[in-house]
Amino acid sequence: MTPINQTMVQKKILFISRHAPYGTSLAKDALEAVLAASAYDQNLSLLFMDDGVFQLLSTQDSKDLEQKNFAAMLSALTFYEIKNIFVHLESLLARQITINEIAIDGIQIVDSAAICNLLIQQEQLLSF
Amino acid sequence: MIFSLAIYAAPYSSQASDTAYRFATAVIANRHQLYRVFFYHDGVHNSSALITPPQDEINLTLKWQQLSKDYNVDLVVCVAAALKRGVLSELEAKRYGKPSHNLHQNFEISGLGQLIDAAVVSNKLITFGN
Repeated sequence: MTPINQTMVQKKILFISRHAPYGTSLAKDALEAVLAASAYDQNLSLLFMDDGVFQLLSTQDSKDLEQKNFAAMLSALTFYEIKNIFVHLESLLARQITINEIAIDGIQIVDSAAICNLLIQQEQLLSF
Repeated sequence: MIFSLAIYAAPYSSQASDTAYRFATAVIANRHQLYRVFFYHDGVHNSSALITPPQDEINLTLKWQQLSKDYNVDLVVCVAAALKRGVLSELEAKRYGKPSHNLHQNFEISGLGQLIDAAVVSNKLITFGN
């Protein structure tokens, strides 16, 4: 283990979140990893795809699950100044989710071809 | 090349931790550096000293420990993920007033910063078990 060096080199790191908000804790663990990463002055991006797009629904209600509302937790992304947030168009279409239902303002919708470009630009991928 | 691994899966429930271990040995056999193995999500169960598989099955915790001893590989367990799954170091057990602790030797408990550090320091960060 190493002490965290605050002046470490900056890398382009993309977090990919591909699981629904409840049922497993992978979505939550992905979000916590992104928020932790924001403290280290890296060039961060976050992509929601596959069932991960369900995390974005503004109308989700987790009260009966006795879990925190994931859409509310995602609002932390703004406070942590994570600005490069993407959602995969084809994943939205396959699940009949429209942009009006998405809780995050300023999210960028990207199709599969654009995601290829996004991936190529990265120096590191963290998949959840 | 410098590699790090992130493991999200519990041993014995799925193949992922086994595969990660095989990948780790292949990294070293091919004379690359293995900088860190980060255990997150259910992966924290890899570090429990209480894991007791039948004698004719692989003991992954011991395998990881041996790898760490032989090749100086960092084995880091996410503190938040470990605590809520009942994997505690002696220090954490004292802090939370728990009757026992079970983090295996050669594993260390730390924060998510170690995952980010691994991503920055390593050329390749490979994820297992999601």
